Amino acid sequence: MKRLKVAEKMRNLMAGYYMLGHQAKVRAWVTSGAPVEILYAMDVYPVYPENHGALIGAAKLGSYYSDFSEKRGFSRDLCSYARCDIGCVFAGTSPVGGLPKPSFLFACNNICNTVVKWYEILSRIFKVPLFVLDVPFVRKELKESHLRYVEDQLIDFIKFVEKLIGMQMDDSKLREVAMKSIEAVKLYGECLRMSKNRPSPMTCFDAFINMAPIVCLRGTDYAVSFYKEMKEELEDRVKNRIYAVENEKFRLLWDNIPVWYRLRWLSDFFASRNACLVADTYTNAWTGFGELRSSDLISSLAEVYTVSYLNIGLERMVEIINGLIEFYEVDGVVMHSNRSCKPYSFGQYEIQKKLSVPSVIIEADMVDERAFSEAQVATRLEAFLEML
Amino acid sequence: MISAGIDIGSLTAKCVLLSDSKILAYKVTRVKPKIEETAREVFEETLKIANVRREEVLSVFSTGYGRSRVEFADKAITEITCHAVGASFLIPSVRTVIDIGGQDSKVISVENGRVVEFVMNDKCSAGTGRFLEVMANALHLKLEELGSIAMKAEKKITISSTCTVFAESEVISYLSSGEKIEEIVAGICDAIASRIVAMATRVGVREDVVLTGGVAKNLGVKKAIEEKLGIPVKVPEEPQIVGALGAAVLASRKKNI
Repeated sequence: MKRLKVAEKMRNLMAGYYMLGHQAKVRAWVTSGAPVEILYAMDVYPVYPENHGALIGAAKLGSYYSDFSEKRGFSRDLCSYARCDIGCVFAGTSPVGGLPKPSFLFACNNICNTVVKWYEILSRIFKVPLFVLDVPFVRKELKESHLRYVEDQLIDFIKFVEKLIGMQMDDSKLREVAMKSIEAVKLYGECLRMSKNRPSPMTCFDAFINMAPIVCLRGTDYAVSFYKEMKEELEDRVKNRIYAVENEKFRLLWDNIPVWYRLRWLSDFFASRNACLVADTYTNAWTGFGELRSSDLISSLAEVYTVSYLNIGLERMVEIINGLIEFYEVDGVVMHSNRSCKPYSFGQYEIQKKLSVPSVIIEADMVDERAFSEAQVATRLEAFLEML
Repeated sequence: MISAGIDIGSLTAKCVLLSDSKILAYKVTRVKPKIEETAREVFEETLKIANVRREEVLSVFSTGYGRSRVEFADKAITEITCHAVGASFLIPSVRTVIDIGGQDSKVISVENGRVVEFVMNDKCSAGTGRFLEVMANALHLKLEELGSIAMKAEKKITISSTCTVFAESEVISYLSSGEKIEEIVAGICDAIASRIVAMATRVGVREDVVLTGGVAKNLGVKKAIEEKLGIPVKVPEEPQIVGALGAAVLASRKKNI
């Protein structure tokens, strides 16, 4: 695997991010799809248990930390991010020495409803307040009433934080953070779209490895300068004809959260068969957060975070995937049926029927390596490539 | 030219020698823990049956679960592609291949000998040959006997569980409550068939349907699948070697791959 040079920078950046967390005065544990802009605007440091879960998976320690939760009665059928993060709390450590304790918790259910129960448990463990941003599921079109419901809660949330920190939010600061968020997402989207080149300068594995800043540092200068650099490196690759997969023959799209503990294996598997996973639905989900309007900030925050990828109907998801298939000119779709992530995996068999290119489903889990059977996955993927 | 196909499954190893579109010889053996050795032995034994020297075989393709461990093979191809090719070779009108092997089962949609779509069982042994093996054990019967015993049944007992382990204890409790063995066996065949048919429906069943793999020899399972699909199912004379045959066919057209 030809890693991007920026991956090293990303590692340092994220090490710094985790370290800063311990020094921060006010910390919130937040879900990946929560409007982090409000937190950054109020100098609240956001901690991302999901990113931490991915890190545990990549370190191949999923089953180890999950055990701490399972021994206390948490079912193995629960999300492995939740199991591992809660497991680390019980273990009192983690690959990064444990996450810094929260001052409060902020869960937005636009990605799943597991986060609600997960954060309620955290709230009981840490004895800190929890704010749940309840977002209605958008089966078809987004209604005015949906927006008003979410907007009201955003205003409540700002008051909730103001009360906790004893300070008022500065509207201009929120605007400033939002502008940075928009810029970072724009650059990030431009990075991903570089894969439109044939052959592609990057794979979705590069996207996965380098996605942490858009998740955790969206709204800061760090994310902006990181993706600027990543974009430059990709442009250089295109100019100098450096391709992610030397003899790119098949162009594929990945669906669902990565199999973190098998990134290298999967990346080598595809590269050795001249197949390039040029894009994925997962990292693309963050490009939607760039539609913020600085003139009407609260309302557009409500909108952007309500129509997130896992909070919309199957038909809309199919439209998005077919859009990606067309844009990136892919020959097939590899769908990871993720034992952990029900909202992401549940509709896959239905979606599969409506895609414009062939697809294959592999069964695994994003973090729990016990759910991965190498021989089974290899046979399905090989047969799929033979078919294409 | 002579080509060979070697299929290393989870339970059995199969080898087929092909010469100008004619099967020269084939052999089925049990898989030993050492896959390389198993592959060499089954290959040598087949050569002996056909009275062919190793040098005369111009191309060897491997397939099956152990395909990448057959070092002397020129190329490894998945069993999905090989079953499609092998079944089309024997029955050119085939559109759907149902393969039930020792530890996995798959349904393949075929068009002109090529795979259009496929589904496989997930991480569960119900719906595979292993399920039948466990049940035969629980009933103190030989695996080969199950089919003919099932055919004697006038009605079937419903095995409610979809899990091999739980189904085994269910079977044992039926035995102890004095149910007829043939009716239990018919129920077992029915349970496996319903798994397979559910999978087949996902791909879409088109005639002709060809049943391959070791389990195809079990008449009880064949009959149960036919009942559920509502159409006849064809079984090649030697359903167990279809994957190896497909590999041999592909090896003979080496240049086309």
